[in-house]
Amino acid sequence: MPVNTPPVPYQPKSTPKVIVAVTLAAAVGIPALLLGLILLLTPILQPATIDAALAAAGLEGHRTAAYVGALAVLALLMVNFGAIFSGVISWYERRIAGRMQSRIGPNRAGFAGFFVWIADAVKLLLKEDLVPAEADSVLFRAAPYFVLVGFALTFVVLPFGHSLVVADLNVGIFYVTSVTALVVVGILISGWSSNSKWALFGGMRSAAQVISYEIPAGVAIFIPVAMAGTLSMQGIIRAQGGLPWEWFVFRNPAAFIAFFILFTSQLAEANRTPFDLPEAESELVAGYLSEYSGFRFALFFLAEWGNIWVLSAVATTLFLGGWQIPFVSAEYVDGLRGSGILPAAAWWGWNAVSMVVFVLKAIVLSNVVVWLRWTLPRIRVDQMMALCWKYLVPGAFACFVFTLFWELAVGVAPGVEVVTGVGLTVFATVLALLFFRRVRLNIQAVQGDKFDLSNW
Amino acid sequence: MEKLILRRVGNTGEEMLLNFGPQHPSTHGVINFLVDTDGEVMKRAVPDVGYLHRSLEKIGEITGYPGFMPYTDRIDYVAAMFANEGYAIAVEKLIKVEVPPRAQWLRAISCELCRIASHLVSTGTMATDIGASTPLVHALRERERVNDLIEALCGARLTYNYHRIGGVAFDMPAGWRDKVLAFLDHFDTMLVEFDRLLSFNSIYVKRLANVAVITKEQAVDYGLVGPNLRGSGMDWDVRRDVPYGAYPNFKFEVPVGRGSRGTVGDTFDRYYVRVLEMKQSSQIVRQALDSIPDGEFMAKVPRKIKPEAGEAFSRVESARGEMAYYVVSDGTDKAYRVRARTGSYMAMGIIEDISPGLMVADLVALIASLDVVAPEIDR
Repeated sequence: MPVNTPPVPYQPKSTPKVIVAVTLAAAVGIPALLLGLILLLTPILQPATIDAALAAAGLEGHRTAAYVGALAVLALLMVNFGAIFSGVISWYERRIAGRMQSRIGPNRAGFAGFFVWIADAVKLLLKEDLVPAEADSVLFRAAPYFVLVGFALTFVVLPFGHSLVVADLNVGIFYVTSVTALVVVGILISGWSSNSKWALFGGMRSAAQVISYEIPAGVAIFIPVAMAGTLSMQGIIRAQGGLPWEWFVFRNPAAFIAFFILFTSQLAEANRTPFDLPEAESELVAGYLSEYSGFRFALFFLAEWGNIWVLSAVATTLFLGGWQIPFVSAEYVDGLRGSGILPAAAWWGWNAVSMVVFVLKAIVLSNVVVWLRWTLPRIRVDQMMALCWKYLVPGAFACFVFTLFWELAVGVAPGVEVVTGVGLTVFATVLALLFFRRVRLNIQAVQGDKFDLSNW
Repeated sequence: MEKLILRRVGNTGEEMLLNFGPQHPSTHGVINFLVDTDGEVMKRAVPDVGYLHRSLEKIGEITGYPGFMPYTDRIDYVAAMFANEGYAIAVEKLIKVEVPPRAQWLRAISCELCRIASHLVSTGTMATDIGASTPLVHALRERERVNDLIEALCGARLTYNYHRIGGVAFDMPAGWRDKVLAFLDHFDTMLVEFDRLLSFNSIYVKRLANVAVITKEQAVDYGLVGPNLRGSGMDWDVRRDVPYGAYPNFKFEVPVGRGSRGTVGDTFDRYYVRVLEMKQSSQIVRQALDSIPDGEFMAKVPRKIKPEAGEAFSRVESARGEMAYYVVSDGTDKAYRVRARTGSYMAMGIIEDISPGLMVADLVALIASLDVVAPEIDR
């Protein structure tokens, strides 16, 4: 008979304190530094402030140079924010996936594997930048930049807080939908130029998918625009309030539906599960990414993960009240600015708070995106099209028409909006509570399973 | 071969010929499909097998009778226990040895645990092929527990080599029974969670229902076996209908595809029959552990097996369906011919007929639902 000796339990070595300290410093420091710089620089590097400063210094002749310099600084800042967010969320997503899949996930570089995104980036930069012999090398090399530019340009109008936005364009949300279309161009080019059948499949699927889903997304965007009466991102946020029932999503039953339509469409546009058909591993190897390696591959993934921020920020802006602080109105903060070239200290403080509110909301949404990816299967290409054209597009239009009449009704009786807001907020809270209860029951139902965060 | 296949595919130049494998994440180096596609829709998919051929049947003629047992593991390394059992039964028929009851029970227990392990791989990889990666990891986590149990039983986790001609290699270790029962208690609740996470997920059901329907007649004509056959509505299980070993002593149901989410014989039916079979296997193991008789676990078998000239045929219900061994002896200590009939090879045959009109994504679902295991195709 075989002897059954129990295996010696594995004793994990604890991470050295220095590494823990460095990791924690980086994990707190890097986002704090980036957000701090955004908080500091975006309000200062605005035409009005620059003009005033130049006038005070008597340097009006150097306006162009000052503008270009300001733009360069802001561009560098925003691209870095996008890149670092996409790096950190790549680590975060893999840790979450690890928890969901009863495994640990990356845990080597730094405490809890936090530096894995840096390690990955360095690895990808050092890899050979392979161009297949039969590929159209110019287009093949150019494709990642289209994707990257389409992603990075959205940061021009994405708000971070009360006055924290690079440029509050009056066509803001329209601009976002326009520049993100560049991503499709990049994906189509990469699919075509790789000269690989899998890449071609992926490229075609992606083009069909992204272009189709722009329509329900576009129509769903009409709804907050109609409610706010402006296309400007900051204007849409200012039309909402800090408390849940003042958000657009709860102020109108159609907007509540439209929020989900928009979110679904954005998932499809970002090629996230359940709409990851363009790079469906079990079907298309890696879709349009099949032939890419090294730096160019990294650019694609930078844009893909970075797009999580973009879609969360857009959804937060349009429906979830953006940076609005509860019980503090935007006009009150405006009033604190003072008349000097530089705003007053209280103004900075409220801006920082508004930034925290916005970032928290966006991170919660990003979290949902990550959850979905590791829970849902992928839909088929014809189902993807059917979902878009048969359900989302008509649904979005219906919501839009309903919103128009709703706005008329609200104009007559403003109380309707408040009642609906409170009602839908309660409804959503109940839904969330039911969700958490279900999760708890699911965990209890399996014998021997329990919450285990010991090796996080 | 390539030319032959191209001629059969009949590419007119209008369509794109796609080499779906062998270097592809879904076929991982061991199968190839020549797919004739018009955009996303396939005109035809022709399987090209043979990438994993190791001439195991020929090896069976070179090694002695007991020596071939470890090789049978390699016939189907996802469910090696059945390949062991089938071969052992065939040779036992040749040398006319009665297997002691305890060994019969141990064979049933080990085989049903192995069926659970194999179906977990099958359903889990199916989820991955449909695009959900989490269920696979959950399934593999449970399979690890089965592997732990089988390791405690026979020392191996994948290629067990546990069955012997005339019995089994080892008796149950002390305390093993409780471990198995504890696992089954956990596993039954786990299956419910698996259903909630995957089986009834509406995206998953929509991907599988009414896709790649194999009718009862087709399934019989093509010689499909096991869950693939039962998924098409054919109520046939060797364990019940041609009983062998300890199976007549157990009560269990044979799940049959009912078209619960679509048509009888669709991909979902084949998938769900496997989930239901895991529940039944769990019941069988419980019954077997309750009723296991005492006694020897190995019959008296001569060290050198030299059967009289003759032939023997055995059939067992493997995780992939009916697995048959045909062993011919010429009176020497080496078999004259060993032939293994496996389900996966037959399942590959039907793909060409089912594929026209399916989408590329459905081909992946079809292959996954047929639970094709490459070593079993080629042997």
